[in-house]
Amino acid sequence: MNELALLLAATLSAGTPLAIAGLGLLVNEKVGVLNLGAEGMMLVAAVAGFAVSYHTGGEWLAFAAGAVAGGLVAAAFGWLVIWLNTNQYATGLAVSLFGGGFSAFVGVDYVGRKLAERPDHALPWLGDLPFLGTALFRQHPMVYLAILAAVGIAWFLYRTRAGLVLRAIGESPESAHALGYPVRRIRLAAVVAGGALCGVSGAYLSVVYAPLWVEGMTAGRGWIALALTVFATWRPARVLLGAYLFGGVTMLQLHLQGRGVQLPNEFMGMLPYLATIAVLVLISRNPTWIRLNMPGSLGKPFFPGL
Amino acid sequence: MKKLLDNLVLAAALVAVAGLFGCSKEQPAPAPAPAAPAPAPKPEPLKAAWIYVGPVGDAGWSYAHDLGRKAVEAKYGDKIKTTFVEKVPEGPDAERVIRDLVAQGNKIIFATSFGYGDAMEKVAKDFPDVYFEHATGYKTGPNLRVYEGRFYEDAYLAGVVAGRMTKTNVLGFVASFPIPEVLRNINAYTLGAQSVNPKVKTKVVWVSSWFDPPKETEAAQSLMNQGADVLLQNTDSTAVLQAAEKAGKYAFGWDSDMSAFAPKAHLASCALNWGVYYDKAIGDVLGKTWKTEVNKWGIKEGANDFVKVADFIPADVKKQLEDAKAFLVANPGAVFRGPIVDNTGKVVLAKDTVADDKWKGEINFYVKGVEGKVPSGK
Amino acid sequence: MIRFEARPAPSRLMSALSPLVALLATVAVAALLFLALGKDPVQGLSVFLVEPLRGARALSEIGLKSTPLILCALGLSLCYRSNVWNIGAEGQFLLGAIGGGGLALWVTAGELAISRWAFFPLLILAGAAAGAAWAAIVALLRDRFHASEILVSLMLVYVANLVLSYLVFGPWKDPHGWNFPQTMSFAEATAVPRLARGMRLHAGFPFALLVTAAAWLFTFRTYRGLQLQVGGAAPAAARYAGFSARSSLWTVLLTSGALAGIAGAFEAAGPMGQLTPHVSTGYGFTAIIVAFVGRLHPLGCVLGSGLLSMFLIGGELAQSRVGLPAALTGVFQGVLLLALLACDTLIHYRPRWTSTR
Repeated sequence: MNELALLLAATLSAGTPLAIAGLGLLVNEKVGVLNLGAEGMMLVAAVAGFAVSYHTGGEWLAFAAGAVAGGLVAAAFGWLVIWLNTNQYATGLAVSLFGGGFSAFVGVDYVGRKLAERPDHALPWLGDLPFLGTALFRQHPMVYLAILAAVGIAWFLYRTRAGLVLRAIGESPESAHALGYPVRRIRLAAVVAGGALCGVSGAYLSVVYAPLWVEGMTAGRGWIALALTVFATWRPARVLLGAYLFGGVTMLQLHLQGRGVQLPNEFMGMLPYLATIAVLVLISRNPTWIRLNMPGSLGKPFFPGL
Repeated sequence: MKKLLDNLVLAAALVAVAGLFGCSKEQPAPAPAPAAPAPAPKPEPLKAAWIYVGPVGDAGWSYAHDLGRKAVEAKYGDKIKTTFVEKVPEGPDAERVIRDLVAQGNKIIFATSFGYGDAMEKVAKDFPDVYFEHATGYKTGPNLRVYEGRFYEDAYLAGVVAGRMTKTNVLGFVASFPIPEVLRNINAYTLGAQSVNPKVKTKVVWVSSWFDPPKETEAAQSLMNQGADVLLQNTDSTAVLQAAEKAGKYAFGWDSDMSAFAPKAHLASCALNWGVYYDKAIGDVLGKTWKTEVNKWGIKEGANDFVKVADFIPADVKKQLEDAKAFLVANPGAVFRGPIVDNTGKVVLAKDTVADDKWKGEINFYVKGVEGKVPSGK
Repeated sequence: MIRFEARPAPSRLMSALSPLVALLATVAVAALLFLALGKDPVQGLSVFLVEPLRGARALSEIGLKSTPLILCALGLSLCYRSNVWNIGAEGQFLLGAIGGGGLALWVTAGELAISRWAFFPLLILAGAAAGAAWAAIVALLRDRFHASEILVSLMLVYVANLVLSYLVFGPWKDPHGWNFPQTMSFAEATAVPRLARGMRLHAGFPFALLVTAAAWLFTFRTYRGLQLQVGGAAPAAARYAGFSARSSLWTVLLTSGALAGIAGAFEAAGPMGQLTPHVSTGYGFTAIIVAFVGRLHPLGCVLGSGLLSMFLIGGELAQSRVGLPAALTGVFQGVLLLALLACDTLIHYRPRWTSTR
C-alpha cells in the first residue's frame, strides 16, 4: 500500500515540470502562436536557474531567474514571429536548437556542481495522514503551485475581460485588430508569459527535480508538453491531467522494472511515448472537436493593415 | 530560378569566406621556447591525446580519465604535451577525430570507451609508429593494446558495506546498459553483500543511459519506493547519491570521490585512478618498453580504490571491509569464486573455481538474490 | 522607429543576399564568442571554415558527412513545402539503418555470395522500405485520426531509438562480441562501395546527388510537384483545383521516410559496417536545419549539407586545435538558422524609418 502511495507521490513530482511547461504553451497557443521552441527555452532557463541557485544558494531566486531567462528567449522568438512574421514552425525549431547549444555552452562550468542542501517538504498536519499524506502532501511547493497556476490561468482565460481578449485574438486576430486592440503587443505579452512559465519548469528540473545541470537534461519534455496541449484540447485542467498521466507512466515503467517484471526494458521505456501517441490519436479523432477547441489562428501569421 | 540564384550566391559566399581565411598564413604550430644557445637540444615533448565519450566535467567516467591525464601531465612536466577531445560520438566520427589527432603529431592515443574499438583498429593499421590504447576494449594489434579496470572489485567492497548497513535487506542498483561490465558490477555488489548478510536481495532498474540525472533520480526514487535503502549505480552522475541523501537512505559514489555531494548518505566512493595506468603507458613509450598486452588493473595496482569510507560506519563493518580488501589485494580478480548460482538456480561456477577472463567477459546472468531477468530479449 | 512595410513584390536582391547576410551574422557572432572565450577569433574561424576543407581526405570526410544530410534534407524539403511538418526524420533514419543493417546481417550470417554492386540496390530498397514504413505510421495517424504529424513523428523518434536498442542488446547481438551491444560486423560484400582507396567517401554520395537532380526535376518540372507546392502554399486554392490533400500527405511522408531510411542504411553499411546504438549523431535533426538553410530547394540542400558538415567537423577540430568547447557547434547552427529566418523577412518587407506617431 505504501508503495502505491509513493508511486502516486512520484507521479505528481514527475508530472509537475510537464504541467508548468504545458500551461505556458497553452497560453501561447490560446493567443495563436505555436511555440516549438519550448525545449530550448526550458534548457536556457534550467542552466540560468541552476547557476543562480549555485551562486546564491536560493531556490525561489532560481525560479525567478528561470522565468526571466525563459521570458527573454520567448521575447526574441515572439519578436521574430509576430513582428517579422517568420514561419512559426521553423523559428520555433531554430529556437529549440539554439537553446540546446547555447545552454550547453554556457553551462559547461556547471556540470558536476552541487547545490545547497534542501529540507524535506511536508504540509504540517496533512503530511502525516496515512495514505494520502505520503501520496499527496509531502511535495515541493512547486507541485502545488502548478495546480494553482492551472486554476489561475483557467480563471484568467474564462472569467476575465483580458482573458477574453486574448482568446479572441487567438481565434481571429483580424477581428480583434479591427476592434482596435493592439494585437501584436498582446500576443507578445502572452508569448513572453508562456515562455516564463516554460522557464520556471526548466529551473524546477535543474534546481529541484534532479539538482544537477547537464546539457540536454530536459530530454524532450518540452515536446511532450506540446503534445499535452493538444490532447488537453487547450483546457488548463486537462493539461494537468495529461502531465500526471505521462509522469505516471514514466514512473510506473521504472517501478515495474524494479519489481522484476519480465518485459524487455526497452519496451517499458517506450511506454510513455506510445501512451502519448495513443492519447493524441484518441483526442484528434474527432475533427469537429478539434476545430471547436483549437484556437482559430494557431500557427498563422498576422499582418496588421492587410 | 530565384532560388537557384540565391543558392549560387550562398556557394560563392562559402568559397569567398574560405578563400579569405585560406589566404591567411598557415597557423604556426605551437612554437617551442626560443632557443637561446642551449647546452643540449631539449627532446621534443611526447604528444599524447585522449578522446572522451562524455563531457569532461561530468564528475563521472570522462572526468576520471581526465584526472588521470592531468596526473601524468603534472608528473612528466615538459616531457609530454597532452590534448583531449570530449564528447566524441562512438561511431564513424571517432575515426576522423583519431586520424586528425595523429595528423597533429600525437604519438600515443588513449580512447576511453568501448565503442571506439573499430575506429582505433582501422587507424592503428595505417600508422604503425603511433601507439594506440583502448580502454575496456578487446581488439589488439602490434601497436594497439587494451586496458581496463577491475571495477567489480569496488562493487564487491560496496556490497560488503551495504550488506551490513541495510536495514531492509533490499539493495538497489541504478544500471545503464546490460553490458558485461555492468552485469559484473551488479553481481559483485550482490555477492559482496551476501558474504556478510545472506538475506540480502538486489533490485535493478535500467535507465538506458550513462549520464542522465533526471532519469537517474527517478530510478533511484523508484528503487527506494520499493524498499531499497542502499543504492549503487553504474551511471556517471551524482544524481543517485543526491536522491538517497534527500530520502535519508545510503548510496555510494561511482567513478570518482563524490563524498562532497551527500555527506549523510555517502558510505564510500568507488573511485577510479587512471593516472596510475597512464603513468605506466607514458613511461612505456618514453622508455621504449611499450608492448602489446591486455592490462586489467584493480585495487592491487592502485587503478581503482574504495575511498572516503564514512566515519559513521561501525568499526566492525570497517573491519570486515578491510579484510575483504586485503583478500582482493592478495587475490586480484577473485571476486567471482565458486560456487555461484544464478537466479534461476543454475550453477554457473563450480565450487572452488575462480572465474577466468572468459567467464567474466561473457557474463549475462544475475546471481541468486538479484531480482528479475537480464534484459536481453532472449 | 522602424516600420516594416510590405513590398509590392518579393525583392530579388534580398533573396540573393539573405543567406550571405545570415552567414556573415553567424561568423560575427562566432568571432565575438571566440573573443569572449579568450581565443584568437581568426584562428577559431579558420578551424571552423577552412580546416575542414584542407586536403583530399578532409573533402572526402565532408562528402561522407553530407551524404545522409542531403538525403534527409531532400525529403524534409518536400514535406515542408507541402506544409507537412515531419520532424521525425531521425526516427526514419534509424529504421532505415535497421532495415539495411538487417539485410546486411542476413547476408553475413548466411554467408551468401553476392557482389557489392549487386547488394547496393538491395540495400537502398531495404532502407527505403523501412524508413517509409515508419513514416507511414505518421501519415496514417494524420490521415485517419487527424493527429498532428509534428508530435507523432517526434514521439516515434524516441520509440525508434528504443527499437534499435532492443535489437542490438537482444536478438541481433553478436554472439562473439563479448556481450556488447553491437551486431556482427557486416561481410565485405555488403559494404557500400567506396569511391577512392583509403578514403571513406562512398557510392552513397553520388547517389545522393542523383536524387538531388531527381528531386529538382520532380518539384519544379512535374505536375505532381506543382500540386504539392500549391497544396502547401495555398491549400484553399489547391482544394479548389481538385488536388488531393490526402495523396499529397502520403506522397511526401513516404518519400521523406524512404530517403531518410536510405541515409540510415548507408550509414550502417558504409562507414559503420555494423549496427550499434550510435548509428546516428542526430542527422535527422540537423537535416531540418539544412532544409531551411537550403531554402527547401534541392540544390540548397546540397550546399546546406556541405556548410553544416563543415560546422560539425570544424567543431571537432576546434576542440583539439584551439581548445574550444564542444557545445559551440550547436550554438552556431542555431544562430545561422535564426539569422536566416530573420533576414528572410527582408525579402518580403522593407524597413522604413518613420517618426513616432
